[in-house]
Amino acid sequence: MKNPLLRGKLPWVIAALIVLFLLPLFLDRFYVYLAAIILLTGLCATSLNFVLGYGGVFQFHHAVFYGIGAYGTALMIIKSGLSPWLGFVVGPVAAGIVGFVIGVICIRLSKLYFGMLQISLGSLVWAIVYRWYSFTGGDDGIHGVPLPDIISSPNGAYYFTLTVTALSMFVLYRMIRSPFGSALQGIRDNPVRSEMIGVNVKLQQLIALTIAGFFGGVAGSLFVVVDNTVFPDMMFWTLSLELIIMCLLGGWFSFLGPMVGAGIIVLLRTYVSGLTVYWAFILGIIMMLVIFFLPNGVLGYLDRFVKKKARGG
Amino acid sequence: MLEVTSLQKSFDGFKAVNNASLSVKEGEVVAVIGPNGAGKTTLFNLITGVLKPDGGKVFFKGEDITGLPSYKVCRRGMSRSFQVVNVFPRLTVFENVQVSVLAQQKKTWNLFAPSAKLAIGETERILENVGLVDIKDATSAALSHGERKVLEIAIALGGSPEFLILDEPTAGMSPEETTRCIDLIKQLKEKLGITILFCEHDMEIVFSISDRIMVMVRGSTVIEGTCEDVRCCQEVQDAYLGGSDACLM
Repeated sequence: MKNPLLRGKLPWVIAALIVLFLLPLFLDRFYVYLAAIILLTGLCATSLNFVLGYGGVFQFHHAVFYGIGAYGTALMIIKSGLSPWLGFVVGPVAAGIVGFVIGVICIRLSKLYFGMLQISLGSLVWAIVYRWYSFTGGDDGIHGVPLPDIISSPNGAYYFTLTVTALSMFVLYRMIRSPFGSALQGIRDNPVRSEMIGVNVKLQQLIALTIAGFFGGVAGSLFVVVDNTVFPDMMFWTLSLELIIMCLLGGWFSFLGPMVGAGIIVLLRTYVSGLTVYWAFILGIIMMLVIFFLPNGVLGYLDRFVKKKARGG
Repeated sequence: MLEVTSLQKSFDGFKAVNNASLSVKEGEVVAVIGPNGAGKTTLFNLITGVLKPDGGKVFFKGEDITGLPSYKVCRRGMSRSFQVVNVFPRLTVFENVQVSVLAQQKKTWNLFAPSAKLAIGETERILENVGLVDIKDATSAALSHGERKVLEIAIALGGSPEFLILDEPTAGMSPEETTRCIDLIKQLKEKLGITILFCEHDMEIVFSISDRIMVMVRGSTVIEGTCEDVRCCQEVQDAYLGGSDACLM
């Protein structure tokens, strides 16, 4: 897909990274925190979009993997007594494994039915975490997770988040542009035809789900670094809905769409919740406006706009 | 090369295919004809593993492939195009064919090499063969119906098939497009040595390019033979012309 918006994109990516790198030098602590939250939420939305926008799989409860990544990391750090760095491996891997297991159960269903079963199984995971006081801390969650010194300061946490997010985004991008990604997009467009050209559709989707779960888990473990806490609401289904809205809002057929969507939603949530308690109400209105006026999301709209200009229209 | 014996498939008690048999030898072009609803597309779906048969056997290159999933059938060297256009609408023409070539090369598990640098030559060659190379960067949803039907065949060719099934390749095409499509099918047989099984409603096309013809009526094989045999067969005339004495064509 030739994309005029991203033509000659490397300089832009480098420029954006430099700006992000310098951010803590001229921003308050709170804004640095906010930037880190946007980055990791964007990573989570991008990992969802890997299967949603590129794979055509209706992963309705992606927050589960975000939560498992966070809990896996926090519990490993608190309970194991091993190197805390190991937590950052265990969290994502656990999320990937759960992604695979839920995938195996759901993959035989397609589209909406997949999504419904996935919500049910995900809610089951949430219920277990919510109730298992002795292990997960139940609805209190876990607070004050001790972190290695280098990433425990606000700036340290920010740079860690930035580095891991940038690396993960790069890996996801490469995967989408790989033959695996090509086949995945083929499946999204037409599963019957994909099968007929020799693609094992279900297995391909299952691996994509595992990868998406893993990177959702990476985002979750970054949340532990930035916020020092984990709580069951991280895997509540309303957050999954927000993640889907981020993908749609930013543009689920553009790679950076979910990141843009995450930026908008996180900023709105932060500022609107200061003004009113009816955040869900605002979110609903945004969702409606997006569906009516920006069916391809913000980036999809910009992309069309740029293409029109390029044609001299 | 392909041997189908007394294949059966019912949908909710309706026998869509009932005792269909067919054999195709290497290098042949074989047509399946029959009235609408005779079960031609269902037969193709059964052969290619889109549907599982209730009874009967399908042998391909001497091996039993009855009920194998499509992707395994495809990997054994059989490709098909669809009657209703069945392409990848969000991908470009080039990517449509490329993904098929990549699948054939078993590269779809490759997570890190860039697609943009793979299978370029093969894809270009196929697009040149079918005459789509000028519009390779267009999104396939933007193509005309005739172009999409050709793209159908191009995707099927991406799998480097030895055996190709075409389900009404010229349906809905303009007369010029039809002529070009027939030339293409002839080329596939002569230049690339692909064995072809197809179905078509246009009798002129059927008689001009096929070596043998199988006639299906209400899910069963009525006759299988050369064009001459079929032309003067009484049962075929009954099915098509309501019992008239005239020879077909």
